[in-house]
Amino acid sequence: MNETVVSYLSQAPGYALLVEKLSEFFGFDAEGFVTFLIFALVCFVVVNVMSAIGGLGTYAERKISADLQMRQGPNRVGPFGILQFLADGVKMLGKEDILPAQADRFLFLIAPLMCMVGVFASLAVVPFSSGLTLTNLNIGVFYLIGVSSLVGVGIFLGGYAANSKWSMLGGMRGASQIISYEVPVTLSILAIVLMTGSLSFNVITDAQGGLPHQWYIFHNPFTFIAFFVLFIGALAETNRAPFDLPEAESELVSGYHTEFSGMRFAFFALAEYVEVFVVCGVVAALFLGGYKVPFDLGNGELIAKTFPAIHPMLAKQIGNVLQLKAFILKTLALYYVVIWIRWTLPRLRVDSLMVLCWKYLTPIALFNLVGCAVWLWAFEGKSMWAMIFKSGVAAAGGHH
Amino acid sequence: MSSHNLDVYMPVLILMAFAAIMVLGALLVGKLVRPQNPTELKNAPYECGEAPIGSAWSNFNVRFYVVALVFIIFDVEGALMFPVATVFKKFVEIGEGGAILGTFLIFVSVLVLGIVYCWKKGDLDWVKSYQVDTDYNEEKDK
Repeated sequence: MNETVVSYLSQAPGYALLVEKLSEFFGFDAEGFVTFLIFALVCFVVVNVMSAIGGLGTYAERKISADLQMRQGPNRVGPFGILQFLADGVKMLGKEDILPAQADRFLFLIAPLMCMVGVFASLAVVPFSSGLTLTNLNIGVFYLIGVSSLVGVGIFLGGYAANSKWSMLGGMRGASQIISYEVPVTLSILAIVLMTGSLSFNVITDAQGGLPHQWYIFHNPFTFIAFFVLFIGALAETNRAPFDLPEAESELVSGYHTEFSGMRFAFFALAEYVEVFVVCGVVAALFLGGYKVPFDLGNGELIAKTFPAIHPMLAKQIGNVLQLKAFILKTLALYYVVIWIRWTLPRLRVDSLMVLCWKYLTPIALFNLVGCAVWLWAFEGKSMWAMIFKSGVAAAGGHH
Repeated sequence: MSSHNLDVYMPVLILMAFAAIMVLGALLVGKLVRPQNPTELKNAPYECGEAPIGSAWSNFNVRFYVVALVFIIFDVEGALMFPVATVFKKFVEIGEGGAILGTFLIFVSVLVLGIVYCWKKGDLDWVKSYQVDTDYNEEKDK
């Protein structure tokens, strides 16, 4: 099993030679250095691709909202306005950096940094494909829950540091909302951890199959409900409408980032859009089979068997690309749903937000957790399809 | 690469460093191109055109504090359930699932008791409704 992207790439034929040459050149064992280099390179690519996806997320948001409201949306910069996010970025770079006189200068800088650090660090365990997961930590789920909380700290600090009343209200709301929804989210994820018996994203994904009836969402009735609890909680965790109370523009001007201008604001926005992608990816990996391709095309064995002319290593690469496509497809489908929900539902009031979390989602999530545990114990982890099939066979056998 | 090898945590540090470089780098590069002419009014906190009165760092609603307290309890219990959830399947496979399930149910029922207690006390309501003192009502009626 591949633990990191380096142990996946080290199967390539040139890897040993590269390590050997570099060791000769430096005069010491260069394996650690090569590991670092490869990690840095892959991380660089991932960070850039993710920033582009975050930027395209703002474009998608505007285009889809325009579509839902029968408008044109951005259509001037590039074909269909697709380069709008680059134009926005350049404009943000040239904007004056306003530092409020009463603000805490240090925290004012730290707040957007905290958001970006939290979001980027959570990219480390997102299972893009079986080989290209940056690092397959054995505590992946736990790590993700921990690291993504840094974003909440960033939002609260942003609200606090500006020393403006709107910001303060937005920051307080953000903190209370994010920590409240952490409870149902954690409990829903726990249900999946229970079914798999592992905290590693790749193990959880591999326990599912490529076809919908093999996904955890359709494994049993409890996981089906857990999926929706997790998805609603994830919307609230990322401050997406209908839970965008921390930045409720109709009541709090712009909430926690009222006083942030230029690039500092841009990083808050970028962090939000990348976080939505990460969260959608995590939901896809936990419940929708993640990178699994139907009929096990992803591991390349079938391709190698059908076309003997292809080198098995190449077949594996093709399989990995298929896996990556499956993962991105599922994630973007969820991303579309997130944007769709934002432009369909009105914002919740702050008291109904808390009631929804503590009086509905948390008890439901607890019930799901117990239900999953009992299901696992009573039916030894079989999915409901396997049991329907088995009882069908038994009924058919009974007639003879 | 064994699982005890700390190399697997290397991307975490690299990604955090990239995030820091990105934020600080963009702010530094932006310094070369952006205008910089602050005025007193521009640097005042934005309050929709009204002159701001006092600092925003003042007392805030105690509700937030209660929410944080309830969260701490549930989050710690959630963290404590992770190890149980991880090993539960292995115990089911060797046929010892019943005992673990029983322990698990006891633990969850403590959690449920907690949420029921908070619910009854009204700590889950955003606007807490107080029982108006009956003596006060009677006095008012007189």
